Amino acid sequence: MIPDLGKYADTVLWSYVVSIGLLIVLVGFSVIRGRKVRAEMEKVEQRMTRNG
Amino acid sequence: MSIAAKANALWEYANPRKFLATSERVLPFFWITSGACLVVGLVWGFFFTPDDYKQGSTVKIIYLHVPAALMAINCWLMMLATSLVWLVRRHHVSALAARAAAPIGIVMTLIALATGAIWGQPMWGTWWAWDPRLTSFLILFLFYLGYVALWEAIEDSDTAADLTSVLCLVGSVFAILSRYAVNFWNQGLHQGASVMRAGAITGTDTEEKVSNIYFYPLLLCIVGFVLLFIALVLYRTGTEIRARRIKALLTRERVNG
Amino acid sequence: MIALLLRDLKLAFRAGGGFGLGLAFFLIVTVLVPFSVGPQSSLLSTIAPGVLWLGALLACLLSLDRLLALDWEDGSLDLLATAPLPLEAVVTIKALAHWLTTGLPLVLAAPFLGVLLNLPAPGFAWLVISLLIGTPAMSVIGTFGAALTVGLKRGGLLLSLLVLPLYVPTLIFGAEVARRGATGMETQTPLLMLAGITAATVALLPFASAAVLRINLR
Repeated sequence: MIPDLGKYADTVLWSYVVSIGLLIVLVGFSVIRGRKVRAEMEKVEQRMTRNG
Repeated sequence: MSIAAKANALWEYANPRKFLATSERVLPFFWITSGACLVVGLVWGFFFTPDDYKQGSTVKIIYLHVPAALMAINCWLMMLATSLVWLVRRHHVSALAARAAAPIGIVMTLIALATGAIWGQPMWGTWWAWDPRLTSFLILFLFYLGYVALWEAIEDSDTAADLTSVLCLVGSVFAILSRYAVNFWNQGLHQGASVMRAGAITGTDTEEKVSNIYFYPLLLCIVGFVLLFIALVLYRTGTEIRARRIKALLTRERVNG
Repeated sequence: MIALLLRDLKLAFRAGGGFGLGLAFFLIVTVLVPFSVGPQSSLLSTIAPGVLWLGALLACLLSLDRLLALDWEDGSLDLLATAPLPLEAVVTIKALAHWLTTGLPLVLAAPFLGVLLNLPAPGFAWLVISLLIGTPAMSVIGTFGAALTVGLKRGGLLLSLLVLPLYVPTLIFGAEVARRGATGMETQTPLLMLAGITAATVALLPFASAAVLRINLR
């Protein structure tokens, strides 16, 4: 399955793990914060319309 | 103050609404295409390209290193452009887009530096060398850190947008100066920018060309990174707009009692 | 303008103005270096130009947060902003006062500290020349940083984070001049580059500093 990476297997795999990991962290944090902010905005907006 | 307040109110309902609606519509497209490009490009590059005769399998790192490095620089250019738009046109979405982009730039710079270090260990025999390109990226990283720190430090968001925009402009000039200074200071190990040189693509430049076997998956990865960057910027700008709206609504609530 | 300069100088020399702190810092950094890298005189003379440049830069950095903060606190900055004098001139004067009270003493102290670090004999003149040309740029860039962070409560650390990357070109060329001078190589190219950076920053950066200050005073 995994191609023969020869003696540089560690190097290549670590690069991929680190990079993809960083990308996932970035996307994950963006989405988590986005969801939180969106939910909060809806809450505040609803309160505003209820109170006039 | 009343004019500013009026402009604020206008902004509150007109432009960001439109931005949010439009970005909501196009975002799925960007997420999906960027994901597809990245998966196909990386799988193609990782599983179906041969080893380089000199670098062995480490050549596969290029599919992450080069797009990340490109985006690290392009992200700063985008921030520069949006900062200028903010300073000239006072377009709030523009300032918030610059703010939203900076952390992406930090991550891209980190990826470029990390993959470079991991690659450099077996190839150059060292994790880090004070090579001009490496050093420039480290300096770029510091600029990003300062920029984000300034955004975080200032309470009033219009002031923060103004100050960070000026910092971005001045920082760009100094970043270019640093690049020249660093070049002068140390000649370096790093190969030239082999991808974007015309000779490298057409194959006339035999010395350091990226051959076609590697080029197509690499191109796909670059496209994937660009699309991912756009998706992230749109999404994060939307978040910033909503966060500002919450702030504005809460302020109004407090004022109205 | 001259009145403003004299006032700033007077304030700096008065007790609590912070004059001399930079010099003391420079001295301490220089004294600590042999403790950290070892007392071999050949090693010290190799690193002396760089260490002295770095020490001067850090000493300059240390004094930046007081550059505008005092005027901000007692409100005289608002007065200056409404005064007929353009804000660009005000920040230039501030930078000049900072250079006279911090940069110039550092330049004058550098040769004596060079003795402590076993600086090679031809290096002294080049060290002084490079610092003399480079420190005005550090003051002007520092004024820009101080103007950016003037309204913040804990601006000091942020100021360092913002200003240090901007110091990179000056440090590279300045230390290069001193290093080449100390080893007897030609120094013209880095010296010209250093002078160019200083001239450009002194000419252009006050506009950015004034713009930033206006935003902060709004």
